Amino acid sequence: MARQLHTGGAINEAIAIAMRSDPSVILMGEDVAGGGDRSKEGTEEMGGVLGTTRGLVGEFGMNRVRDTPIAEMGLLGTAVGAAATGLRPIAELMFMDFLGTCLDPLLNQAAKLRYMFGGKAKVPLTVRTVSGAGMQAAAQHSQSLYWMTTGIPGLKTVIPSSPSEAKGLLLASIRDDDPVIFCEAKGILNQVEDVPEGDYEIPLGEARVVREGSDVSLVGFGATVRVALEAAAALAGAGTSAEVLDLRSLSPLDEEAVLGSLEKTGRMVIVDESTPRCSVARDIAALCVDRGFDFLNAPVKCVTAPHTPVPFSGVLEQAFLPSAQDVLDAVGEMG
Amino acid sequence: MDLSRDDLLGVYRRMRTIRAFEEKLQELVAAGKVGGFMHLYVGEEAVAVGVCTHLGDADYVGSTHRGHGHCIAKGVDVKAMIAELLARRTGTNRGKGGSMHIADVDKGMLGANGIVGGGIPLVTGAALSAQVLGKPNVAVGFFGDGATNQGQFHESLTMASNWGLPAVYVCENNGFGEFTPTEFAVPVKDIADRAAAYGMRAEIADGMDFFDVYEKAGRAIELARRGEGPTLLECKTYRFAGHYVGDPTPYRNKEEVEDWIQNRDPLDLFESKATEAGVLAADDLRTVDGEVDQLLREAVAEAEQAPKPEPADVLTDVYVRY
Repeated sequence: MARQLHTGGAINEAIAIAMRSDPSVILMGEDVAGGGDRSKEGTEEMGGVLGTTRGLVGEFGMNRVRDTPIAEMGLLGTAVGAAATGLRPIAELMFMDFLGTCLDPLLNQAAKLRYMFGGKAKVPLTVRTVSGAGMQAAAQHSQSLYWMTTGIPGLKTVIPSSPSEAKGLLLASIRDDDPVIFCEAKGILNQVEDVPEGDYEIPLGEARVVREGSDVSLVGFGATVRVALEAAAALAGAGTSAEVLDLRSLSPLDEEAVLGSLEKTGRMVIVDESTPRCSVARDIAALCVDRGFDFLNAPVKCVTAPHTPVPFSGVLEQAFLPSAQDVLDAVGEMG
Repeated sequence: MDLSRDDLLGVYRRMRTIRAFEEKLQELVAAGKVGGFMHLYVGEEAVAVGVCTHLGDADYVGSTHRGHGHCIAKGVDVKAMIAELLARRTGTNRGKGGSMHIADVDKGMLGANGIVGGGIPLVTGAALSAQVLGKPNVAVGFFGDGATNQGQFHESLTMASNWGLPAVYVCENNGFGEFTPTEFAVPVKDIADRAAAYGMRAEIADGMDFFDVYEKAGRAIELARRGEGPTLLECKTYRFAGHYVGDPTPYRNKEEVEDWIQNRDPLDLFESKATEAGVLAADDLRTVDGEVDQLLREAVAEAEQAPKPEPADVLTDVYVRY
């Protein structure tokens, strides 16, 4: 049975299922319970700044649902140590921008322990983090920094595009034995759809064809899948058949799915809401040129945010974010 | 003293092994047989051994760039360590870690760490594991005086104190953060003073005296095991060698260094106390010296014969599954 859930509800359900099925799974982060003192009558927990984890402390208790101080480096470093010594922590980094305060535990510890130790350790850690623009949260609470974690060997980076995808991908991430950065794009948080009940996993590293097409491939991930679908609907009205591919995970990357779609359509547009330099979009463009050159009937197009910080004004933020019109323009330029 | 004659021989054997290991390493570096950055633990032996004598394999330690002593004190195989430093496939880390990442998780050794302060949150996490899973184990973090200026120290000790974690934070205050004297970099008289900021117990031990470290570490570890939370233990010690192998040490006064080496050597102090108490005889210790030298000679000979990694090994051990 499926019921309608928004993305936060689907994530909450995935965490609860994972915690019920494995006593080594814990949840830790700033205000994941939210409030600290569970004994005070007339108070309720916040369940995180967006309410995503509300109710979990009631079911699993304060031993397994831990409010940390606002100390991201201690939070993530401790989670890495716990993961290397028998726990399977889900650590919440409230906004991905806060990577600036706590990169070392991810870059130099989580990503490298297994390799440095010759394969004699594992770090089954999931870092849930809210990424991307769309809430007028401005320059320090809106960045899509998945390009950075994607570029670090030893880390995996996952970014779901809808509530049902978020549930299955999060369950797979939590149960994965490697450190996973799980990006919850702001652009999908208010999305509501049918989400299957019960326990299911979506394997990491397998992209999904969301819409079949034959004339052009639109590759998206996270919030840009919806942008690609809007563009595909408009293109269909104009007689162009667009295929939409949802990458689901950026590392591992389903290269065969990207090249398979390119082989079918001969034209490639990548839609990425991060800034363009050293981006996932340009990485996939390079893949298409390197391994798919013979399939290409037109230049590869990258539709990304501009090389700027994220602005506050709603007008500016919309100008910053890639839109369906930007995708249509890119397709138009391909001739 | 709760240590038997056999215990004390074991203590001396580990301290002597650390000293001889580091001296052997200097020879190997001079002979061009070992590459990479190397930081020696000579002079600080009483700290690692004084603390780790209280620990079992299921207790964890986190370490620093100066980590060989912590490995040996925690019971990591010395031959596999030498093989690692000679970059062999038979090394503790299969030749992928080297000196600054030498580790053996099965022995509860969570790795030397190339990032100053980087090991402190890792042991805090190991203590969290013990607490969540209800295990009677403790986690001990070793770090230098310099690391106490890092945010990782501050954030980790804050969390450990909030949660009453079974952790002991052992600061090896050897007087220098790299080349800069501690008093230029640390604005408090004793590192132990910093514990007050976390509402944490603190103790100061003479890091050159095994018996003092042993007693104070024992108290802190026992309290942690009983669920009475973390302690910051400052051990005042001295780095007999430079910051790294090859450091010309122009920043240290030669008489000061000689004074520590001649009058405060932790192995000499141990020997005089143990022999004056009549528990061990000098002959017992010379026998151990010979056995340790023999072990290291064998370790080097075996490692030199051991296979190097294959180039294709560069691709393995990045992920469990990818």
